[in-house]
Amino acid sequence: MRFMVMVKANKSSEAGVMPTEKLLAAMGAFNEELVKAGIMLAGEGLKPSSAGVRVKFNGAKRSVVDGPFTETKELVAGFWIWQVKSLEEAIEWVKRCPNPFDGGESEIEIRPFFEAEDFGKELTPELREQEARLRDEMAKNQG
Amino acid sequence: MGATDIQRTVSAVWRIESARLVGAVARMVGGVGMAEEFAQDALLAAMEQWPRDGIPDNPAAWLMTAAKRRAIDHLRRGDLIDRKHAEFARHTPDAHHDADNDTPVDDDRLRLIFIACHPVVPAEGRIALTLRLLGGLTTQEIARAFLSTESTIAQRIVRAKKTLADAHVPFEAPSSDAIAERLPAVLEVVYLIFNEGYSATAGSQLLRPELCEEALRLGRTLAQLLPHKAEVSGLAALMELQASRLRARVDASGAPVLLADQDRSRWDRLLIRRGLIALARALRLSTQRGRYVLQAEIAACHARSLSVDATDWRRVAELYWELLDIDPSPVVELNRAMAVAMAYGAEAGLVIVDHLRGEPALQDYALLAGARGDLLERLGRHDEARTEFERAGALSSNEKEREPMLARARKQPANALVASNRSARIPQ
Repeated sequence: MRFMVMVKANKSSEAGVMPTEKLLAAMGAFNEELVKAGIMLAGEGLKPSSAGVRVKFNGAKRSVVDGPFTETKELVAGFWIWQVKSLEEAIEWVKRCPNPFDGGESEIEIRPFFEAEDFGKELTPELREQEARLRDEMAKNQG
Repeated sequence: MGATDIQRTVSAVWRIESARLVGAVARMVGGVGMAEEFAQDALLAAMEQWPRDGIPDNPAAWLMTAAKRRAIDHLRRGDLIDRKHAEFARHTPDAHHDADNDTPVDDDRLRLIFIACHPVVPAEGRIALTLRLLGGLTTQEIARAFLSTESTIAQRIVRAKKTLADAHVPFEAPSSDAIAERLPAVLEVVYLIFNEGYSATAGSQLLRPELCEEALRLGRTLAQLLPHKAEVSGLAALMELQASRLRARVDASGAPVLLADQDRSRWDRLLIRRGLIALARALRLSTQRGRYVLQAEIAACHARSLSVDATDWRRVAELYWELLDIDPSPVVELNRAMAVAMAYGAEAGLVIVDHLRGEPALQDYALLAGARGDLLERLGRHDEARTEFERAGALSSNEKEREPMLARARKQPANALVASNRSARIPQ
């Protein structure tokens, strides 16, 4: 099973404060452990939301909103993609992670990927096509 | 937290920690077999106590202490099964004091996999022991994955551990000579596990993705532990690239979808990227490309192509030709034949396939009949094609593979003379 493991932002990550050398070393060691355990598929750190933008959709309209964004705790500061056997295994690995923000409060969120079997056998190619058509029609009606 | 949640947590901790636990205990008692039993005892104790007393703050340390306590009791009682074991324990440095949790677990993983795939262990035992020691899989899980019974798998593991004990295989890091000599056997075990998941040899399901994931995990670990071995990175690349097609490999009913018919938008780009990176590393390390590197290169030709027609079939055919030098197997030759058919026409492919018909190893090989049927169909020789597809269906041991062959047999028009334009079916 695949999981996206997201390190949530906090004030210091949003302020662009770089992690201490000690934390970098600890994170490096943790990452190495993940790689050697064969579970880490990808992982990246993200710049603060002040460097990002949001594209808002309203019907056919699109508008671009510049960062930073205020709801700090809901923002993502970095992520991994892991392949493990269960949610519990992902949890146990996360517990082994050094506190991402040096002793302060922080949060890591674990979200499972959709897997083929989540759609069940009912979703045959014909049904999938039908679903796509329905969505198209709904979009037309709303547009 | 309910009892089942706690059991799931115990299993998760076990999966993460088992190699480290077995390694630490093996350093105390000398042999892996006994160490594995003490570690298992600790696991059982956790299964019993944690639901009652709650999960300890540091579950990994709890398991380590419990396993080591059992090992120490055992050493104190002196109830060593035979004297050789006792000598063995004495010869192991710091038998009683080696409580270092700091020993890098990766060294232990490397030791364990080389022991699990040791030449003295019978071939079937290697797979079971590898999954047990490195994947932390239970006997029940291994049995389910291989559609076998728990008692069969348990027997294999017991026999494997006994062979290791009888042969006094020490718990030591393999020397670079030993790595060079035994690496092919290790890689073979990992690839066998992958293949059983990728193309199950029996049962009603073609794919058992959990086995692919186990093998991939082992392959990724090995690639980290032995970063200078081209074939290790080659195998990792090969498995990443093949696994990238898993989602597209069966249709909604579970029937196989051949490479030519796969919806390539469903291929997993993340795994393809990982595979191509591993392949690049393998090629940098290669003086002469080995079997896994070559197969990974072939898989990469497909991964890079947006369609069957855009595939560089000449290159694929050449790579199979090179692979034949290392692995002169009729199955490789059959794959080459299909690539040749794509690059130079069905007639050219059929010449090679017809040569293979005399090959004793392929007498009952469903894919040969299927491939031949395919080429005959493309040449408009439908009566012969029908016979071959029927034969392929009769020879398939996997239910999901049988039906498509029989369906193609039924589709052949009687005595038709018109050549079909359909693209070749690739048997992989």
